[in-house]
Amino acid sequence: MPLALLKYGFRRKYKGDKYFPEARPLRDTYDVVIIGGGGHGLACAYYLASDWGIADVAVLEKGWLASGNTARNTAIIRANYLTPAGVLFYEESMRLWRSLAGELGINLMYSERGHLTLAHSDAALRTSRWRAEVNKHLGIDSELVGRDEIAKLCPEINLSEEVRYPVLGALYHPPGAIARHDAVAWGYARGAMHSGIEIHQQTEVTGIKSHVGGSIELETNRGSITAGTVVQAVAGMSSEVARMAGFKLPIRSIPLQACVSEPLKPFLDPIVVSGSLHIYVSQSARGELVMGGATDPYPLYSTRSTLDFSERLMANMLELFPFLENAKVLRQWAGIADMTPDFSPVMGMTPVSKYYIDAGWGTWGFKATPVCGRCMAELAATGKVPDLIRSFELERFGRMEQVGERGAAAVGH
Amino acid sequence: MKIIDCPLNGPRNAQEFVCGGEVRQEPSQDAAIDKWADFVFLENNLQGVVHEWWCHVATSYWFIVTRNTATEEIIATRRPDEFFAGLKQTDGTGSE
Ligand SMILES: Cc1cc2nc3c(=O)[nH]c(=O)nc-3n(C[C@H](O)[C@H](O)[C@H](O)COP(=O)(O)OP(=O)(O)OC[C@H]3O[C@@H](n4cnc5c(N)ncnc54)[C@H](O)[C@@H]3O)c2cc1C
Repeated sequence: MPLALLKYGFRRKYKGDKYFPEARPLRDTYDVVIIGGGGHGLACAYYLASDWGIADVAVLEKGWLASGNTARNTAIIRANYLTPAGVLFYEESMRLWRSLAGELGINLMYSERGHLTLAHSDAALRTSRWRAEVNKHLGIDSELVGRDEIAKLCPEINLSEEVRYPVLGALYHPPGAIARHDAVAWGYARGAMHSGIEIHQQTEVTGIKSHVGGSIELETNRGSITAGTVVQAVAGMSSEVARMAGFKLPIRSIPLQACVSEPLKPFLDPIVVSGSLHIYVSQSARGELVMGGATDPYPLYSTRSTLDFSERLMANMLELFPFLENAKVLRQWAGIADMTPDFSPVMGMTPVSKYYIDAGWGTWGFKATPVCGRCMAELAATGKVPDLIRSFELERFGRMEQVGERGAAAVGH
Repeated sequence: MKIIDCPLNGPRNAQEFVCGGEVRQEPSQDAAIDKWADFVFLENNLQGVVHEWWCHVATSYWFIVTRNTATEEIIATRRPDEFFAGLKQTDGTGSE
């Protein structure tokens, strides 16, 4: 440790730089209240202040800052979706990601390492080609590659044909990235707090009443709060909180599990996904393999881990990377994913006036944190739905319309 | 929740079953489109005790599971006729 640094440690008077400003007491009215202090809620708060100069805002979080899916996800960021609405939306998010660390003043460890979605069947190849064409048409760097190319991009993958699902090709997305998820939440939280926005942890919304032509009253475990406008961003708890507000959502809450291995020598550059094998994996800067798959087989509001999950995951991992047979799993966990029938989110207006929804992020919402926060802030500030999120409104289901992303999001997150 | 007691096959590993979603009333054929949209897409997604259709895949047998989605506890498994006969005696919504 450099001596200059050590010196500060021994100085009585040096207080250091507190990362977050001191918390302020909870008031009983705010212009805007955001329910849910995950990445999405915090990003919305940040952009309300930075884009719209609105700082009379409180973020209410029932647990600790970003202790929900923001802290549990496997941090994959990409834009190679299937529908034009999806591709344009996620591409805008990637544009914001690239300058975010500088803007928030925190190292997000944003690392573009390429994203390979392996195809093991003709059907999967067809979907890959479809995605590549939609992507290219909209200016996204994305292409279908063959086995030779895969061997060059990721020599560690087992390309043998003597396995249950031989690799036939892959969708390759060079800008695919991972980032440090906690830092994203902390950066947005600090930025918002420095503009005067309040973040209240251990504050749970327990009831919601809307008054005709005016404000919305929120019951919390710390008393009631009146809000001019409310943004709901509670991921797995979306249906329960919407029920308090008086409407239903097209969402099932289903656990999504993930795990990491012990740290290994760096060997895996790209993020590798396989729909047929129900796995995805990337290697973190610490050397841990970050691994996951599809959601659990049934709805549940519990974040328990199961042996079923790790057993199946590892059987398939070993098909792609047989040399990992002695690697150990270090940690396993789960988050409650808010799954929609079309694998696209629900953002925008609700049946309750001035009560806006940001939900249905299922297994794919981390990458959307910047763009979603920004669009929800615009909606809360202006009352008008930004064009970028219009296709994702709750009303679409009433018209029997869907934004079908199953082919691009079922396992790949 | 590792074992599900199937009314037809007895106790079987949970991996042999699929969840078919919550039990609810289908709208009439001529109901308005919003009623149908609600039936097709919207979910109660309750945290607590729910009644759901489950299927034992190997035998294609559908039955009703009552379980707690907060604790992952299975409270009852019933044949559909048994379940719906029970409903007629209560308020008809399946809530307990
Ligand atoms: C294992 C796993 C892997 C994933 N991998 C990826 C990935 O690779 N890439 C990707 O893009 N996405 C991924 N996701 C999805 C992503 O994590 C989420 O979509 C995203 O983090 C949602 O952010 P959020 O802020 O909306 O939710 P959260 O971070 O869950 O925040 C919601 C907050 O609301 C709070 N809350 C709930 N109810 C109340 C209440 N009544 N009152 C007050 N507060 C309340 C909760 O405590 C929580 O902190 C993954 C998810 C999981 C679980």
